[in-house]
Amino acid sequence: MKILVCIKQVPDLESRFKPNAEGVWYNETDLAWRMNEYDEFAVEQAVQLREKLGEGAELTVLSIGPERVVEAIKKALAMGCDNAVHVQDLAAATKDPWQIASIISAYAKDKAFDLIFTGMQSQDRGSAQVGVTVAEQLGFACSTTLVGFEYDNGTITAKRELEGGIKGVVKIKTPALVTCQLGLNVPRYPTLPNIMKAKKKEIIAIAVADLLKEEPLATTVSFHPPAKKGSGIVLEGETGAMVDQLIGILKDKTTVLR
Amino acid sequence: MKALLIGEYREGKLLDSTYELFGFASQLGAESALLLVGSADQLPAFGGTLYLADAATCGEYNPDLHKKLVLEAVQKENPDYIVFVHSSYGWDLAPRVAASLKTAQVSEVTAIVPGGFEVGCCNAKMRRTVKPNSAKAVLTIQAGAFPVLQPGGTPQLQKLSAEGTAAVEFIGYEPAEPKDVDLARAEIIVSAGRGVGKKDNIPVIAALARALGGELGASRPVVDAEWVSHSHQVGTTGQTVSPKLYVACGISGAIQHLAGMKKSDFIIAINKDKDAPIGEVADVLVVADVMQFVPALTARLAR
Ligand SMILES: Cc1cc2nc3c(=O)[nH]c(=O)nc-3n(C[C@H](O)[C@H](O)[C@H](O)COP(=O)(O)OP(=O)(O)OC[C@H]3O[C@@H](n4cnc5c(N)ncnc54)[C@H](O)[C@@H]3O)c2cc1C
Ligand SMILES: Nc1ncnc2c1ncn2[C@@H]1O[C@H](COP(=O)(O)O)[C@@H](O)[C@H]1O
Repeated sequence: MKILVCIKQVPDLESRFKPNAEGVWYNETDLAWRMNEYDEFAVEQAVQLREKLGEGAELTVLSIGPERVVEAIKKALAMGCDNAVHVQDLAAATKDPWQIASIISAYAKDKAFDLIFTGMQSQDRGSAQVGVTVAEQLGFACSTTLVGFEYDNGTITAKRELEGGIKGVVKIKTPALVTCQLGLNVPRYPTLPNIMKAKKKEIIAIAVADLLKEEPLATTVSFHPPAKKGSGIVLEGETGAMVDQLIGILKDKTTVLR
Repeated sequence: MKALLIGEYREGKLLDSTYELFGFASQLGAESALLLVGSADQLPAFGGTLYLADAATCGEYNPDLHKKLVLEAVQKENPDYIVFVHSSYGWDLAPRVAASLKTAQVSEVTAIVPGGFEVGCCNAKMRRTVKPNSAKAVLTIQAGAFPVLQPGGTPQLQKLSAEGTAAVEFIGYEPAEPKDVDLARAEIIVSAGRGVGKKDNIPVIAALARALGGELGASRPVVDAEWVSHSHQVGTTGQTVSPKLYVACGISGAIQHLAGMKKSDFIIAINKDKDAPIGEVADVLVVADVMQFVPALTARLAR
């Protein structure tokens, strides 16, 4: 059984974001990078399945982006992926979801993958499109927003998370693609021996031009902070003083301390 | 300009979010038609064309058949925009439709702005304006971002049906986990977010909740990590609350969290990041380390 997991590297979301020179995405200087949170659940689920299947199963991790994304790839390898593909693309951030999906599909189409895992969405762009689009392009069955996953002999029983905590149970057959939601499992921390082992695993580099033949269907024309509508009071400074100020505000503006 | 709106049913009921689609279409200035896969005895008051397929034969959740139905309505209607709610139904179906038509999709639209559609990004900290390059475009709108509009009138019904093999077999719904705390009735809620740091720190937040006479709430990562049980979760996939006082401790303010608490009467946020999006809804933002500030506040209240 051949399994693929697609991961994106994203900035630490606690960073301060400033527009880049073109004003269409964030400036990358001074950002710390990590694996998209949703993709950690995807990698963990793929690794658990790979471990369960044992001999004969093969798990590949793929990421599209500049050289820095190799760090995220290495983490996925240390979590238990067998091998990796780095699609080298300095301009990945400006590609639209259709193009990102097309790159993944172009790579996957002749590799006979049985199952592809993606995150439900990326934390920085959050389009929630790439996974489903890949499934459509490859003609795979697809289920999204998984908080439960079971695999048995070519059939996946998935729990989709719906609004209000209700779940929808579905069955799909491989070849299939699933998109993973927060809380699907508990992503492991790579152990030191596994980090060492991962260093020996192969990372195949492919130039994006070899895979991408599609034009973007949508263009980002501006990246900007939200219009300031926060009319709230901001308290800063020494803890004791802030506590006093806050108690004052609570007494003034609410009834909770009466 | 024409918009084809895709409404949503769950467990036999037309979802209220369908009316937000009308609110969006009206802001867009579009003439709209509606597609529903549901039942003829639960139709909205709407004076336009209503494409109706029967959920009894096409399923409430059957992306393959629903995609066919949308594509058929698109062919009949030739809309400029095909609009879904960005929900577990919408984000699942929209990309399938967009890929079949090879049109642009703009996800989770929060506003219509000059030059395109505004969407949130970077965990709601920033915004992008996105412009579709294709003649038609698929849009999903953020739940709660557009006003509810009840258009009124009697629809002109056009029946649709679809058959064929479905790659996704729907087995059934599983109810939400039973709640051991009913946050909806609490007058004061103090919620812990990931910024609290670790499970061992939860009692510090719970102590503040007690000192204020309130209940403990939580953001999703805190629940996923099993620091507290799911019944404490506030947000789209947890509970919706509107207490007199909501205190968000180390919570960034992602849209799915805000959706569950932004109607609270008074909101205090404690966050070390002055730019955290929770600041947009907070009446008071305390810029501080939660583990320093919260114990000091609790101690002061106990005096
Ligand atoms: C379909 C879907 C449904 C979802 N449903 C829900 C839901 O129902 N409820 C929900 O909450 N989320 C939900 N989410 C997840 C949501 O998108 C966010 O990921 C989540 O709300 C983030 O939780 P958080 O704010 O605790 O964590 P983070 O976003 O990681 O934020 C942590 C915050 O703590 C601050 N911080 C860090 N350290 C400190 C410190 N020492 N002192 C003070 N502040 C500190 C940081 O500045 C940051 O703002 C859903 C997501 C999806 C896709
Ligand atoms: N640059 C990328 N490289 C590999 N996978 C990606 C990339 N961008 C997005 N993905 C995958 O697609 C999912 C959804 O992304 P998005 O549609 O951008 O929200 C992510 O969770 C990843 O699994």
